[in-house]
Amino acid sequence: MTIEVDVTIKLKHGVADPEGENTKKALNLLGFRTVRGVKSMKTFRIEVEPEKARGEEEVKKEVEEMCRKLLANPVIHDYEIHVVKSESR
Amino acid sequence: MNPTICILRIEGTNCELETFLAFRRLGASAEIVHLKQLIGAVKERERRNLRDYDLLVIPGGFSSGDYIRAGAILAARINGALGEEIAAFIQNGNPILGICNGFQVLVEMGLLPGFGAHEEREMQQAALTTNDSARFECRPTLIKHENRGNCVFTQGIEKGCIMKMPCAHAEGKFFVDERKRERYIQLLEDNDQIVFRYVDSDGTYASYPWNPNGSLYNIAGICNPEGTILGLMPHPERAFYAFMDSEWSRRSRERGKEKGNAYGDGKKIFESVLNYLRSR
Repeated sequence: MTIEVDVTIKLKHGVADPEGENTKKALNLLGFRTVRGVKSMKTFRIEVEPEKARGEEEVKKEVEEMCRKLLANPVIHDYEIHVVKSESR
Repeated sequence: MNPTICILRIEGTNCELETFLAFRRLGASAEIVHLKQLIGAVKERERRNLRDYDLLVIPGGFSSGDYIRAGAILAARINGALGEEIAAFIQNGNPILGICNGFQVLVEMGLLPGFGAHEEREMQQAALTTNDSARFECRPTLIKHENRGNCVFTQGIEKGCIMKMPCAHAEGKFFVDERKRERYIQLLEDNDQIVFRYVDSDGTYASYPWNPNGSLYNIAGICNPEGTILGLMPHPERAFYAFMDSEWSRRSRERGKEKGNAYGDGKKIFESVLNYLRSR
């Protein structure tokens, strides 16, 4: 009975991603020579309790508020919100 | 008047004791206060009010496990539960010091660099992001004092003075949007907000390892336009006494019987802000 939302936090274009860079290096060293680039990103799966007559859109809005207040720093991050599971009663 | 210092603690802060001792050793009345004590989620006798303090310090550590981003959770909790108290605290001209994780918190809160009107400060204007090395950098750093007199934490320190303090962080690279970079640096310079920059032993701005994180413009510490809020990545409380320096034993052996300075460079920051508070 919950709505599940995936929030993916990515680094903006032009922000250095040392974790991705190093992972790429390590993969190349392991013999995966076709790896051209690796970018790291972080996903939060958020379970939201649905209140009466609250649609997906409203939940999305609330999750966006979460991104602004805590999950992302707009200076370095972009974020994407996907509803993955929405069970209606 | 003896200044009262509030050293804010939540789960994961770990430099509060050294910071507390630094202030106590200089005669200030310091107290380690848990965030819950300020919010009021405690018994009445443990309740504290931010209004009763002259200086707020956010010490180093890994508040809330550094999850999401370093400092993000503590920043959101302070903004959410203490937003008005903090705004009033700043309005009254009370200084705030953020060391390491505390600097990250102040940036996440939008208090640093703190350009523009209050409304614009609600959002982050900069970030302290992952070190270029992608590693936790724990080493002594040399930082040059660059402030022309605006910052209340360094008014007793000569401009151009090079200080040695250890840094210990994985996310300390001061970063702003590429399109805003030039304008922000200019603003920081014009407002006299740049306090410390990483240098090498000759005092010139240098790259890694002197600049341990790849910070923009070699920035190690900045203050707000009013000069009352300072954030810095290196730890002054870990350079309070000379013996805390990594080279101390070698130096004192070389020095022989001759007496050296008993104190480290970090002490000057605590002294300066206490002098400011006492003269207020």
